Amino acid sequence: MDELLQDFTAETRETLEAISGELVAWEADPTDRTRLDAIFRFVHTVKGSCGFLDLPRLGRLAHAAEDVLAAARDGTRHPDTALVSAVLAIVDRIGELNEAITVGSPLDDSTDDLLIAALAEDAAPVAPVSGAAPSRTAIRSVRLGVDLLDRMMIGMSDMVLARNELARRLRDAAPDPRIEGALERLSSSVAEMRDTVTRTRMQRVETLFAAIPRMVRDTASALGKAVALTVEGADVELDREMIELLRDPLVHIIRNAVDHGIEAPVERRAAGKAEAGRLIVSARQSGNRILIEIADDGRGIDTDRVAAKAAAAGLHSEAEIARMDEAQRARLIFHAGLSSRDTVTDVSGRGVGMDVVRANIEHFGGRVELRNQRGQGLTITLQVPLTLSIIPTIVVGVGDQRFAVPRQAIEEIVSLTGGAVRIDSLGSRQVATVRGRRLPMVGLGAVMGIAGEATRALAIVSTRDGDYALGIDAVLDSEELVVKPAAPAVMACGIYAGQTLPDSGLPLLLLDCGGIATVAGLRFGLAADMAAEQGAAEAPGIPALWFDDLDGRRRAVALAVVDRVESVEAEAIRWSGGRLHLALDERVIPLVAMGDVPVAGEVTLLRLTDGQVELFYAVAEAHEIVRLPATMAPARERPGIAGVVVIEGEQVELVDPHALFAGEVRAPASRPLCHLRCDGSGWMDTFLRPVLEAAGYRCTTAPGDGDAVAVTLAMEEAAMEPGAMTGATTMDADAERLVRLSRRPLGPAARVGGDMAATVYRYDRAALIAAVAERAGRVAA
Amino acid sequence: MNRQLFLMAHVADRWVAIDAGDVDSVVDIGGIVAVPRAPGAVRGLAALRSRVVTVIDTRVTLGLAPTATPKRAVIAQIDGHHYAFLVDALEDIAPFERHPLSAGLALDGGWDAAAAGIVERDGEPLLVIDLKALIPVADRAAA
Repeated sequence: MDELLQDFTAETRETLEAISGELVAWEADPTDRTRLDAIFRFVHTVKGSCGFLDLPRLGRLAHAAEDVLAAARDGTRHPDTALVSAVLAIVDRIGELNEAITVGSPLDDSTDDLLIAALAEDAAPVAPVSGAAPSRTAIRSVRLGVDLLDRMMIGMSDMVLARNELARRLRDAAPDPRIEGALERLSSSVAEMRDTVTRTRMQRVETLFAAIPRMVRDTASALGKAVALTVEGADVELDREMIELLRDPLVHIIRNAVDHGIEAPVERRAAGKAEAGRLIVSARQSGNRILIEIADDGRGIDTDRVAAKAAAAGLHSEAEIARMDEAQRARLIFHAGLSSRDTVTDVSGRGVGMDVVRANIEHFGGRVELRNQRGQGLTITLQVPLTLSIIPTIVVGVGDQRFAVPRQAIEEIVSLTGGAVRIDSLGSRQVATVRGRRLPMVGLGAVMGIAGEATRALAIVSTRDGDYALGIDAVLDSEELVVKPAAPAVMACGIYAGQTLPDSGLPLLLLDCGGIATVAGLRFGLAADMAAEQGAAEAPGIPALWFDDLDGRRRAVALAVVDRVESVEAEAIRWSGGRLHLALDERVIPLVAMGDVPVAGEVTLLRLTDGQVELFYAVAEAHEIVRLPATMAPARERPGIAGVVVIEGEQVELVDPHALFAGEVRAPASRPLCHLRCDGSGWMDTFLRPVLEAAGYRCTTAPGDGDAVAVTLAMEEAAMEPGAMTGATTMDADAERLVRLSRRPLGPAARVGGDMAATVYRYDRAALIAAVAERAGRVAA
Repeated sequence: MNRQLFLMAHVADRWVAIDAGDVDSVVDIGGIVAVPRAPGAVRGLAALRSRVVTVIDTRVTLGLAPTATPKRAVIAQIDGHHYAFLVDALEDIAPFERHPLSAGLALDGGWDAAAAGIVERDGEPLLVIDLKALIPVADRAAA
């Protein structure tokens, strides 16, 4: 039978079963609008399908019923008992025809017209007569309890073991060709039987996915949305029980995706997306897990709103939430009572949901992961263990022990004898280099504490978090095994995924490669993230950019603040409006620096942002990204420095971005500029400049037009010559910031009297600094 | 008189009573596969017909040196898993009356957790052992 037709009959049968209750209820109360609608939808669907499946007879019946029901819906006809029984007779006939199509047997069509005629308003009530007893298809399936299957499985395994023992005994005894032949036959049928029995527990994910299209369509149309659904990987096999356990969570997530995730068509168009939302449901096997992914291209989780709700509900303090990253905020939806949506719809959004989903999945050893892109969509991945299902494994030996490793987890196995592998020691760790690829190495024997290991091969293992090389002694076998969970005391070791009993009759443990990596202390990127998730108390170190600052010190700034590193021409940086600014793309952005900004050539800038405001930070050179240690010695009275941390044995000042954005760090020009009016002896440049620079001033001998000179220093006799002053500066203004230097120590009277145009003995260091500071302070004020 | 059936077992150099209702069967155990990194009381895994059982070294749980050569074991199903508890020897099953532990009776570590009462056999008091208490607790910290 055509596959489409098969789908149609199956679906029709299912719907018929589903609406049988509606039919009864409608019969009891013909005015019940919701029942009427349900039956109308059914006949409408049948009619539509008949159109393209070319089933005219079924179509005619459905069409007739639809017309009458439509009239009843419009109110042009009153749904009385006669109408109800006529429609029910048609629905019954549709069911009979459906069965007839399934088995391919003809069905007498002589009474069809009678049934249709009975729908007419003036028709005499007809007792629904269906000809002979309906030839219902003998359904070729039976429902079995899982425990029965389990017992079958156990019996099967016993049989295999008995056969193995028999074979061993026969090998020891004198061989008789006839007995051997019989054993051979027994073996092959036992093997075949075992495959069959094994398969009884397995079910294609298809059974789980089959209901999705209908559900998506119904949900979407109820909400006035359009959704293009793609279902992938329906042939992945999963344990029957697992499929049942996955059903509810999956339904919930898909409903959420359609209701919360995918926007209404208008909204989507406004956001530049296709009107129909995309929803992809896929299943695949990865390592010893099955991944079921539900991806939509909707609006994603509004993490701000979820965070605000979490704060309002008192789940976390504002401070805790502020510390969370996007992923952690998205994960807040797993808390009971948090829904990203404010309004409650009848589809979802009652706030019970994701917490239950996660609890259910985790209950049987699975995990739920979120990949949220605001405005772009949300991908939810359900990871469920393969335990209880059949796993292709590779049996490896270490010392005198053997273990099974899921074949999916192993990328390849390389022998150490071939010379293609190098093993080096890095610190206390071993690193394997396989064809140029460097991988952390873990000796299985070492992890297990098994004596007498002699690593002869490496299994390149890929886990969710990363890849590593597992040192093993030998590859012994490749077997498909039915793995069951081991006792809690065994599972608690963290390195086993389950236990199994292979044909050898000796129990075998299945290794959990991810667990081994954890026990061996390997840390991959993701594992670090997980640690962060488990508690901010552990503070795994935030990433920071390490750079050389303009004043020659090494500093670091949290990477999250750095938008990017840029190089600009020094000319683009100008002192204006009381601080440094960078003109960029017709915008003027403030700039801060902890040292002198070069006046020529290229300047390296860190573009910092708090999400809204931008700020440039001039540096000498950006180096690398480092992880900050948890402990920091706080800085004291150093504006812009949060504290000092030790990175790779070096003391590094950590920039305080808050201070930068709060404007606490004054631009370097706030290190006032001193104009040294040289007299040609070079004394000022040689003697005076270092003193002033050490005191926090910049010095120049020839100020440019744009420079704001804070203090002018001149020798006593030079200051007297008005011609020496720059033309643009007036006498008064200049006099206010002039410090005159005397070549001789001054008498007490001179010191006291000199207020405005103070004269200072040039070697009276304290008085000199004080005089300069006084003038600089006057300018700053 | 509320008499229950108890299995007399010789465990860790003394006779104890085990509630017969807890016991699935009594077997000769062989072919134990070690479980590296498991708690000491987990002797390993063994095949019992087509089932995998977790072998618990009763002596270790009770704070003694490990059993030298495992021979006999009591099989019990606890929380959906099958366990084999190693014993030195077994005697009959007989009905006894269970008494609560005498007040003030101080038992050392392992025994204290496992003791679930006292029965009297020919005037000799025997400790009733709760098999469930012999299973090492699945403690992640210990892993």
